[in-house]
Amino acid sequence: MSVTPEKPGDLSRRILLQRAAAAGLLAVPAAGLLSACAGSEPSKSDNNGGAAKSKDNPFGVKDGSAVKVVIFNGGLGDQWAKEDKTVFNAKHPNITVNMSSTQKIKTEEQPKMATQPSDLVMNSGADSMDRSTLINEGAIEPLDDLLTAPAWDGEGTVADTLLPGTVGDGTQNGKFYVVNVAYTVWGNWYNAALFKKEGWQAPTTWDEFFALAPKIKAKGMAPYVHDAVHGYYPRWGLFASIWKAVGKQAVIDIDNLKDGAWKVDGIVAALEPWEKMVKDKLLLPGNLNHTQSQQAWLDGKAAFIQVGTWLKNEMAATIPPGFELTLSDYWSNAGDKAAKDVFAGSGEGFVVPSKAPNKEAAKEFLRAILSKAGSAKFAELTKSLASTKGSGDNVQDSALASANALMKNASADLISVKFPDFYADLDKESQNLSEELMAGRLTAQQFVDKMQAAADKVAKDSSIKKQTRTA
Amino acid sequence: MRHGVARFVTGFLALPVALYLFYVVWPFAQAAGYSLTDWGGYSDSQHFVGLDNYVRLLSDELIRKAFWHNVFFLVTVPLFTIALALFLAFLLNVGGREDRAGIRGVFGSGLYKVIFFFPQVLSLVVVAVMWQQIYRSDNQGLINGLLMKVGLVDPENPIAFTADPEPFLGVPAVLWWLLLIAVWSGAGFYMVLFSAAMQSIPKDIYEAAILDGAGRFHTFFKVTLPLLRETISVAWVYLGFIALDMYALVFVMTPSQGGPNHASEIFASVLNFTAFQKGQFGYACAMGVALAIFTILLAALQLRITRRDRIEF
Repeated sequence: MSVTPEKPGDLSRRILLQRAAAAGLLAVPAAGLLSACAGSEPSKSDNNGGAAKSKDNPFGVKDGSAVKVVIFNGGLGDQWAKEDKTVFNAKHPNITVNMSSTQKIKTEEQPKMATQPSDLVMNSGADSMDRSTLINEGAIEPLDDLLTAPAWDGEGTVADTLLPGTVGDGTQNGKFYVVNVAYTVWGNWYNAALFKKEGWQAPTTWDEFFALAPKIKAKGMAPYVHDAVHGYYPRWGLFASIWKAVGKQAVIDIDNLKDGAWKVDGIVAALEPWEKMVKDKLLLPGNLNHTQSQQAWLDGKAAFIQVGTWLKNEMAATIPPGFELTLSDYWSNAGDKAAKDVFAGSGEGFVVPSKAPNKEAAKEFLRAILSKAGSAKFAELTKSLASTKGSGDNVQDSALASANALMKNASADLISVKFPDFYADLDKESQNLSEELMAGRLTAQQFVDKMQAAADKVAKDSSIKKQTRTA
Repeated sequence: MRHGVARFVTGFLALPVALYLFYVVWPFAQAAGYSLTDWGGYSDSQHFVGLDNYVRLLSDELIRKAFWHNVFFLVTVPLFTIALALFLAFLLNVGGREDRAGIRGVFGSGLYKVIFFFPQVLSLVVVAVMWQQIYRSDNQGLINGLLMKVGLVDPENPIAFTADPEPFLGVPAVLWWLLLIAVWSGAGFYMVLFSAAMQSIPKDIYEAAILDGAGRFHTFFKVTLPLLRETISVAWVYLGFIALDMYALVFVMTPSQGGPNHASEIFASVLNFTAFQKGQFGYACAMGVALAIFTILLAALQLRITRRDRIEF
């Protein structure tokens, strides 16, 4: 055994290997992060004109061309989109539709946006591209000409066939960018069969809920549950309460980052029932995610769950026999300004990238999706309403029927919140703070104070482009 | 002849080097370039903004928070992983009975080696998904379910694990729970690494130590540890890189990917949000470049500190 100093000359094979491996590993954490940022050289898309335009071909789609359509395969599945492909090809047999579906819209589509994007992208789900960023960067195409085009298989224009709010939901900076194909109603779901058996009356006000809660607990059930991992689930309920209690203008002011918008009288009071729900331990313990919490509800561990109308389709495989999924409106308080307004709107938005090679065919495909035939298939397959009128008329289903009934009794104004689409920072903060409030780590007052501070920070940040909501 | 050798070597190396330059070095350079622009990531328009993004980095509160969380992992991941791996390797190789057959590991050490190494063959995301079930915060979670059955955890108040931001020793609990996973999944590999190093230590050194009356404690600290110094130092550098990443665990395991309420935010999660949610690719690239520089400096420092006379057997 000898002790020798380490000199470059006698660098042993082992040391060399160690060093090389270290250098290789060194690159690993940085490589993933750095290469995420790198793009490729942009290429100019060429637009060599289209075919003649007609009523059956309003955008002048060329025969023999191909259109690449990317579908988000989430709670609604993708079978409905395949049906739309059939509808489309019935009118345009010589246009090839290359359809693919994924859950990773942003991961797969974002890198292509600046160079060679798909023609039509369903920008939805947790991994979707930030809408304001897409619009501010000029990455997606305004689709106002789609609205004025004739409807695929009905009277009037495409705009005439859409449910209220659909055009407004897809409009930003005065232009129509996002074609939402689903119509979602949010609220508190319960199992009507169970309520009938127990003789419980579904509450409409917070007082009725707090009166019913002890009876539910006595049966060994938690009164309420929601996804506690994705902050936008509890956020729906919080904003429904604010809108119902203080009125539409309060939420518009919040969306517009108006000075002191969160400090308006009544907002704290509107959120206090949620604080009380946590404090009284009426929530199912545990931080469950969306499918876990929905399954817990289906398993009878909780009486109410707040989520949208995609619920039935998402949980289709595990709904127990005899379980009647029924949607009821978010609860209100006596003296609320807009107690009858329902949280509903269009969602699951399609966008056409500005650099898409076959934008005409993309718009034509949208026309097919919004057709009567396509919409009816959508409602039938997903048990959710399409964003066109009358899509659910022929579907027999308790969940869809309760959503329909809720919409029939609703007032003209639909509850909607825009700032999460406008500002990514505020979206994230509001999700985080909603989770904190529902975990009992914030009071309603603290939640409001922190939301005001977060809104002020965005309002002051000159690097963030500001948006305006008018209605 | 020498000429031929050179051609032979060049022939073998040209393609890998070209691929490496194009797919690794070039994207790095591009990212560094983008970090000096205001590129949003969705268009091909960008403006040169100089070092603005780096100046902004210095005053970004979220980045500062993420940085300290990374520093926490940087200290704890190598410390706990190496300590555990050394302990296991010692037991498996020299911790057993001392008899005439000389030095050996504890009974069944071959089996233990396989078991401890097993997490290494799983991808980190698989590990994270598995631990989601272990950490699940109702009675269907492996830990919560068991503890509820034996009455140690109140079903009304389950352990929140990665949804728990309450500080423990000044660090949010969620980071400690993530640390446990990182150590569990890493220790096996380093145990094998240290085992190999220990087996290359001549048995006669141990026998001499035992003859002189050294117990397990002294053999470990006076013989094994000094002779493993070099291997441990390399392990420390590797684990440092892992600690600076940690992205997969944070992404899969924590609410709102960095939550609850930023309690588990790390460099990579802030970078991901800045690039893909906020659409500020230029700024996000600046974060990536800053992290890369930090990593390189750290590795250089680490290798320099631990450089020392080498012992040959």
